[in-house]
Amino acid sequence: MSFKPARIVITGVGLTAPNGNTLAEFRRNLLNGVAGIEKIDVRYMGECLAGVCHYDPLKYQKKKELRVGTRAGSISIYCAREAVADSGVNFEGFAKDRIGIYVGTTEHGNVETENEIYAISKFGYDTKYWSHYHNPRTVSNNPAGEVSLNLGITGPAYTIGAACAAGNMGLIHATQMLRLGEVDMAICGGVSESIHTFGIYAGFKSQNALATHADPKKASRPFDRDRNGIVISEGGALYTLERLGDAVARGAKIYGEIAGYCVNSDASDYVLPNPGRQAECVRKALGVAGLAPKDIHIVNTHATATPMGDIQECEAIRAVFGEGCPDTYINNTKSYIGHCMGAAGALELAGNLPSFDDLVVHPTINVDNLDPQCALPGLVLNTPKKVGRVDAILNNSFGMLGINSTLIVKRFVP
Amino acid sequence: MTKDETKKLVLEIIADIAPDEDISNLKGDVRLRDQMQLDSMDFLDIVMELRKRHNIEVPEADYMELATLDSCAAYLAPKFAALGK
Repeated sequence: MSFKPARIVITGVGLTAPNGNTLAEFRRNLLNGVAGIEKIDVRYMGECLAGVCHYDPLKYQKKKELRVGTRAGSISIYCAREAVADSGVNFEGFAKDRIGIYVGTTEHGNVETENEIYAISKFGYDTKYWSHYHNPRTVSNNPAGEVSLNLGITGPAYTIGAACAAGNMGLIHATQMLRLGEVDMAICGGVSESIHTFGIYAGFKSQNALATHADPKKASRPFDRDRNGIVISEGGALYTLERLGDAVARGAKIYGEIAGYCVNSDASDYVLPNPGRQAECVRKALGVAGLAPKDIHIVNTHATATPMGDIQECEAIRAVFGEGCPDTYINNTKSYIGHCMGAAGALELAGNLPSFDDLVVHPTINVDNLDPQCALPGLVLNTPKKVGRVDAILNNSFGMLGINSTLIVKRFVP
Repeated sequence: MTKDETKKLVLEIIADIAPDEDISNLKGDVRLRDQMQLDSMDFLDIVMELRKRHNIEVPEADYMELATLDSCAAYLAPKFAALGK
């Protein structure tokens, strides 16, 4: 007897990106080539480039919540509330102990710890001035916990730590929990508050992996010959996921169906990606989905615009999609919004979901001189491409310590 | 510093830690917790802000002295005076 897992569908999307605070605005800007990178002042470092979100935090939070909570918590609350509203579910009538909150994060606690150290530096580093909020702000589950507090959700609420593969991981974990029957609805995806920590900036700079450019909007340029590193961004994208039967029973709008996924590990280096393991991750996800490479119409790359990382991913993609995939198109969303870290996978998937309806592949922008080593067949550069069909989107997200995640979403067909 | 001036300083702190609350009509002789949303962490904020802003220490054993605005004033005024304020 074989196990036939429940079909899981996406029924709501809530997001904030550096270039949009709703899916419609985000998508419009992706199709119009509007990037969202600006200059900010980073403690100890001065002017740096960043993707900053400009949602209204007071839309769903009181001033006191903002004072006590974290930026990651606030972004999570905004995205969760937007997703729930978008899903059209009768939230008031929904059993709150049957909702799970699974939020992917690259890191959490750096911002809050740095802030406290800075604060006590004004008092001679006397720790009696250290905030009593430090621990609730820095526990790993903080972003998910703040959502549970704000929405009164009493089911499981925790974060998934998976470096920059975390956004995909939120959706993958939610799919698993729904299939296990642990919850009846999942609020899932990923968030990032990383632009508020100098440590992330300083770390990438020491690694020679921090992007610079006179024009902030041109700074994030995966696949360009002159790319010179990552633009760090904040952001969030949370989805409502449900079992198909439940979604259909309530007449929910369905964005797409989780077709397959894979998570694996390079086991080879702290930071350098491993194209062999990445290709293996993609192939295994295809296997789970029961799809061939040629069945994928959009491959959204993880590429962060580091000189080596982009080449490594292109090598992996070439190995899987290099031949016999005439209808497979490849793009990159970081060229608009930078690297949203824990939110990256979830946001980048959101930016491509509307392709099921409009049959347009958003391009990778800022490619003035394509790096020959990144010249993949099907790469969509600088202008949107209208295509004949979009039935399956494959979304890559990879992270440090060699964690890889591939998520495939397909057009919903009853 | 008079008790009224002391109350004013306490109210400035409360305004910052409870920014959603209307504190214009707080009664002096009624427990703060009974007049507004104030949890134990907020209470610790009052203690912390007294320390940060005014260099005043409130030992845990004395926390009850901060229950009302009137008791705050009675307890804190001598501490401000000791600091020459």
